[in-house]
Amino acid sequence: MSAEIFLQFDFPSILLGSLAALCCGLLGNFLVLRRQSLMGDAISHVVLPGIVLGFLITGTLDSLPMMLGAGFAALVSVGLIELVRRLGKVEPGAAMGVVFTSMFAAGVLLLEQTGASGVHIDVEHALYGNLESAIWLEAAAWGDLLRPEILATLPVSVLRLVVVNMAVIAFILAFYKELKLVSFDPLFADTLGISSKLVGTLLIVMVAVAAVAAFDAVGSILVIAMFICPAATARLLTDRLSTQLVLSGVVAFSSGIIGYVFAAFGPVWLGHDMSVSAAGMIAVVAGLIQVVAMVFAPRYGVIARRRMQRA
Amino acid sequence: MTFLESFLNALMLSAGYNTAVVAIGSALLGAGSGAVGAFVLLRKRSLVSDAMSHATLPGVVLGFLTGVWLFGDGRSLPLLLAGAALTAGIGMICVDWIKANTRLTEDTAIGTVLSTFFALGMVLLTVLQSLAISGQAGLSGFLLGSTSGMLSSEAMTIAAAAGIVALIVLALFKEFALLCFDEDFAGSTGLGVRRLDIALLTLLLAVVVIGLKTVGLVLVIALTIIPPVAARFWTERVSRFVPISAAIGATGSYVGACLSASAPDLPTGALIVLILFALFAVSMLVSPVRGLMSSLLRHRRFQKIVHLRQGLLAVAHDEPILEPITRKLLIKQRYLTGDLRPTEAGWSAARRIDRDQALWNLWREEYPDEAHALADWSLKPIDEVLSPDMVADLETRLAPHDAANAAGGAA
Repeated sequence: MSAEIFLQFDFPSILLGSLAALCCGLLGNFLVLRRQSLMGDAISHVVLPGIVLGFLITGTLDSLPMMLGAGFAALVSVGLIELVRRLGKVEPGAAMGVVFTSMFAAGVLLLEQTGASGVHIDVEHALYGNLESAIWLEAAAWGDLLRPEILATLPVSVLRLVVVNMAVIAFILAFYKELKLVSFDPLFADTLGISSKLVGTLLIVMVAVAAVAAFDAVGSILVIAMFICPAATARLLTDRLSTQLVLSGVVAFSSGIIGYVFAAFGPVWLGHDMSVSAAGMIAVVAGLIQVVAMVFAPRYGVIARRRMQRA
Repeated sequence: MTFLESFLNALMLSAGYNTAVVAIGSALLGAGSGAVGAFVLLRKRSLVSDAMSHATLPGVVLGFLTGVWLFGDGRSLPLLLAGAALTAGIGMICVDWIKANTRLTEDTAIGTVLSTFFALGMVLLTVLQSLAISGQAGLSGFLLGSTSGMLSSEAMTIAAAAGIVALIVLALFKEFALLCFDEDFAGSTGLGVRRLDIALLTLLLAVVVIGLKTVGLVLVIALTIIPPVAARFWTERVSRFVPISAAIGATGSYVGACLSASAPDLPTGALIVLILFALFAVSMLVSPVRGLMSSLLRHRRFQKIVHLRQGLLAVAHDEPILEPITRKLLIKQRYLTGDLRPTEAGWSAARRIDRDQALWNLWREEYPDEAHALADWSLKPIDEVLSPDMVADLETRLAPHDAANAAGGAA
């Protein structure tokens, strides 16, 4: 395969997948520690009514109104979940289940009733994403990776994810101490004058931003997987939050690369002239890495635990 | 025929044989999932169904492929559902395994299973597409559910399976109730906690799989979560909670299925979920037991009693009344005049309340344990709460007390 074809068709998709994986994977650490893993699930489902609404109001398929709509829907859902949890006095999981299924259903109905489904938005696209469609026609040779004027012609979705990744990293660095405290000991954090509610809300806002930026490229399911699997893997490998963050980032980013390569080239290696869903394969790879960690992790893996129990 | 007419026709089961069977099947499905979901909510495991429903996708694709391989056609509902049940069951076992054997919590286990299993399904779907086998378009119906074009034999299968689930729940009702409220005791009965839990999760799995075709795998968990959460607003007792949840599930599914049959472009799954959500919202607002409006009214009534009482005690002790709400209430009851002077009625009410408060204070001194056990003591007149003998006894004992605490005893 020539460098040109790789750069034009595979490289942008790999970047998209890995960058989406990275920003979700990093934030996922705090969701996993705070037992809010499924917040990512809920938020990436309510993105659907948000984009439909954005489309209906503006009538365009531009990314901006749709992302604003998605962000708005995400925040509404977070508020509603809190409301149902308090008023209904039910566990957070059930409250989430009520809210995100209802909002998703509203999105589906809107889509069917307004005929928006005829123009490119559809549920399957929102779930599966469209990773493979990213192209970078200006690139011709490896040297282009070092030329800023050519790099600037990368697809907008890639550039957007670069910005979101920088924002996520800046957020984690700026609030590292607070995030650490509210993740491990929210009560103690409150006594220190750190409002765990405020930090928790900021975290959810960042989760919504990452989910919205990522879902357009990779679909809801990969977003959910990336909020959870890399962080869960890293959690099994270390007790230090800083190490966990780095590990989860490495796992997320490399799942993006490995998953894409398996999806695009794996079937060819096996002698079939086809490719399979890249977003799906990336999530499967992240899941497999987590399985390896669950079994073989040095201290918290199943084998190590069995051995420790016997000793 | 207008939309309303066709909707009413569907509701009355007179919009054709197929529509009627689908509506009845949906209602049975809603009842079964409402009942199972109620117990699952009490076990605090509602979102396990989310992992299960997403884990059905690879199974559905495998079921399709098996059908193609066996009969040359993949669209056999029993095979598709069997495949769905198989992978959903594996997903359920994975959730439990991760929870029991690693340091990861249940929410993380659920998220892991739902996303990786669903992603595996996506990969398999793209494999299927490249094989160019006919009839795969039907598979997308499993994503969002659809009853249009459902064969009546399929609807019958769904209705029968849902009916069986409902019967099993009925048979195991007592055991499940024990499991939720008295785990230790449930463990000592014949079946054991572990086996009961497995039975409950298996029933949950069954409703998720049965609901796939009607509601779709993204939304089917709503059938098991929204009815019980809505039912919680209506009762505190499990013997009513489960039937109410089943009734809400049945009503929502029945009305949703009928609505969807009344006009084109009305997706069944989404409508059922939205009707269920409407029932939930109504329950939350107007239920007399735990609804918002009744809690608000109760709060207002409580507030009024407290303010009136404190205001009259202040009148009795000639203290100024600072709270604007208290002033307004006292004026409205004509205990105070507009310029805040006590009326004749105000004086006598104040004396009565002061006496009442003194009796309450004495009772609290004499019987601290009982006072501790009685919530909201001293908000009602004492003779409405304690026995006449007790009140008479306190009255006689209050006389010498009065001399000692001439100032009286507003606490």
